[in-house]
Amino acid sequence: MIVGLFIPCYIDQFYPRAARATLELLESTGVEVVVPTDQTCCGQPLANSGYEPDAVAVMEQLADTFAGVDHIVSPSGSCIHHIRHHYDILEQSPAVRHLREKSLELCQFLSRHPEMNLPPAHFPFRTGLHQSCHGQRGLRLASSSERMEPAWSVVGDLLKKVEGLELVSLNREDECCGFGGTFAVTEEAVSVRMGKDRVADHLQNDVEVITGTDLSCLMHLEGIIRRDGLPLRVLHVAEILNTTGEQS
Amino acid sequence: MSHPEQAEQFLANEARSRWHDETLWQVRAKRDRAAGRVPEWEELRETASAIKSHTLSRLDHYLVQFEKQTRQNGVTIHWASNAEEHNRIVHSILEKHAVRKVVKSKSMLTEECGLNGWLETHDIETVDTDLGERIVQLAKERPSHIVMPAIHKKREEIDELFQRTLHTRPSGGDAVYLTREARRHLRQKFLEAEAAITGVNFAVAETGEIVVCTNEGNADMGVHLAPVHIACMGIEKLIPRRADLGIFLRLLARSATGQSITSYSSHFRKPEKGRELHIVLVDNGRTRQLGREKFRQSLACIRCGACMNTCPVYRRSGGHSYGSVIPGPIGAILSPGMDLKKHASLPFASTLCGSCSDVCPVKIDIHEQLYQWRQIVIRDTAGDPAKSGAMGAAGQLMRRPRLFRLGGKVLRWLLRRLPRPFLYSRFNPWGKQRELPDAPEESFFEWYKRNRQ
Repeated sequence: MIVGLFIPCYIDQFYPRAARATLELLESTGVEVVVPTDQTCCGQPLANSGYEPDAVAVMEQLADTFAGVDHIVSPSGSCIHHIRHHYDILEQSPAVRHLREKSLELCQFLSRHPEMNLPPAHFPFRTGLHQSCHGQRGLRLASSSERMEPAWSVVGDLLKKVEGLELVSLNREDECCGFGGTFAVTEEAVSVRMGKDRVADHLQNDVEVITGTDLSCLMHLEGIIRRDGLPLRVLHVAEILNTTGEQS
Repeated sequence: MSHPEQAEQFLANEARSRWHDETLWQVRAKRDRAAGRVPEWEELRETASAIKSHTLSRLDHYLVQFEKQTRQNGVTIHWASNAEEHNRIVHSILEKHAVRKVVKSKSMLTEECGLNGWLETHDIETVDTDLGERIVQLAKERPSHIVMPAIHKKREEIDELFQRTLHTRPSGGDAVYLTREARRHLRQKFLEAEAAITGVNFAVAETGEIVVCTNEGNADMGVHLAPVHIACMGIEKLIPRRADLGIFLRLLARSATGQSITSYSSHFRKPEKGRELHIVLVDNGRTRQLGREKFRQSLACIRCGACMNTCPVYRRSGGHSYGSVIPGPIGAILSPGMDLKKHASLPFASTLCGSCSDVCPVKIDIHEQLYQWRQIVIRDTAGDPAKSGAMGAAGQLMRRPRLFRLGGKVLRWLLRRLPRPFLYSRFNPWGKQRELPDAPEESFFEWYKRNRQ
């Protein structure tokens, strides 16, 4: 099985740590990982702002880039959600269909392949899971509190296997953090208030580290944490799953 | 004013916006508990959604059936293609009976049509009898929520308002006292009224009956005292059979307030002897919306307000920030269909978190429609040329991986070197209350190239 790693543009630039952790984590399971260097962006920043036509070319290009792999895996629920749900406007070429069907968020991929043994991780911290909405409600990586269904969480299950990690319950389990792409700047006031409320929830529950599948949300929360000098850090879930004793 | 500007004003009063958020979150929590007690909740949602889709797909058929039934029941039926026609029809009925005083129970449709103002210019007094609606009416405001119209007001403010308008004594916001005073005030209005206007929650095509749900019994009070009853409804309120009603009644109250059923679910089918019942069927943009494939399902809305209570943006920005008759997520997908330019900022007043779609009792894919309206706003309105240029350029840049990475490298270099006052100027909304992320020396692909290739 060949896995094509899709590293979202902002992770490449601002969170190379998380990208490396994803790569190493996937490699540690024994799968062959290729990283096509022609990849750029899934087009979501343009499309979510209403500029779908401007994104068509880059969306098609992404499909061509990953035409030769068995699965496309990415450390971002939001980008994968965009690929799976909003690439419907493209001509459904074999490459586009392949990309839409075979793209999985990292934890989604790991949970669908339980035969892949993850190396034991060790992370002795009180950890809060920020359920990013596109992963949670878009890709259904977890139950949502609005729907009357048994509770489950793909990411939570992976984190529970990490030695020493204490997964903390929050007051509002799955409220949006307020990032929302360009919403973070066009609706700055609401965005920041939502982010502050989300951070406060984690703090009230004595969380030491906030993690999640999407660094876009975490970048927003980190921006608030740092500005306000709060005793919290953010880490992508791959960084935790890829942590051995000495690194933590 | 656009949504972000209005929202910023609302948020400026931090204590109030926090209280607003918490109050509505409690309503959402109550809804969760009520829905959780119904084992077949998700099945109910699915069924309700299917019934609405079916009805909307044959709306013409059901409207004709409804009209036929109502006529047989002795009801006078009226058709209005737009708001003005609706107002004229209501006015002409009132004129015929020389009515000067009207009581009206909750109706978002008459709000949409601006009926109160229209009647006022014709010297007819319209008193809203729902307590929340009466409060906003006395305050000369508009509802900020479709189920709890005065949810933006604190008890203390209502106390002051009542002192000023109803001459009550100061009570420090004593809810029991204020409610009793309001009731006494409204009783008088009920007794004086010469006609009663109500909204309609559901209209049953098979029987020609309308169903009005209230918690205060104010619709019944008005209708039973006044000789003329005018019920105003959008054409999307139809359901095919009476047997379908139970599904919607179970969903409505639980979704709206967490009650298992509204205190009053009143069925009106025939006028009483010697009295008149008029039903005004209003289009006002609904058939146009029905013709828009991607937005059709928005007409399935049963006006429970659950999407408002759950929306993290609505809870923090308040209903008035939307500047539309129907606020919140559902308002943000209905309003652009009425006036795209005026409501251009509403589809963007969302993070697309999807909570609205998951809470919706009739499973409207609200957040997906918000995404679709964004495309139309950009296509059909003259937006910000600078933004359009930047988006186009970004699209071009993303197609050139090397140039794109070079751009990233330059950006990171600048972020590391530019002085802080320059980076955190007023042109950087991100940095107003947030730090920018660290800009590492080496990107992932630079590392990958160096180590793996």
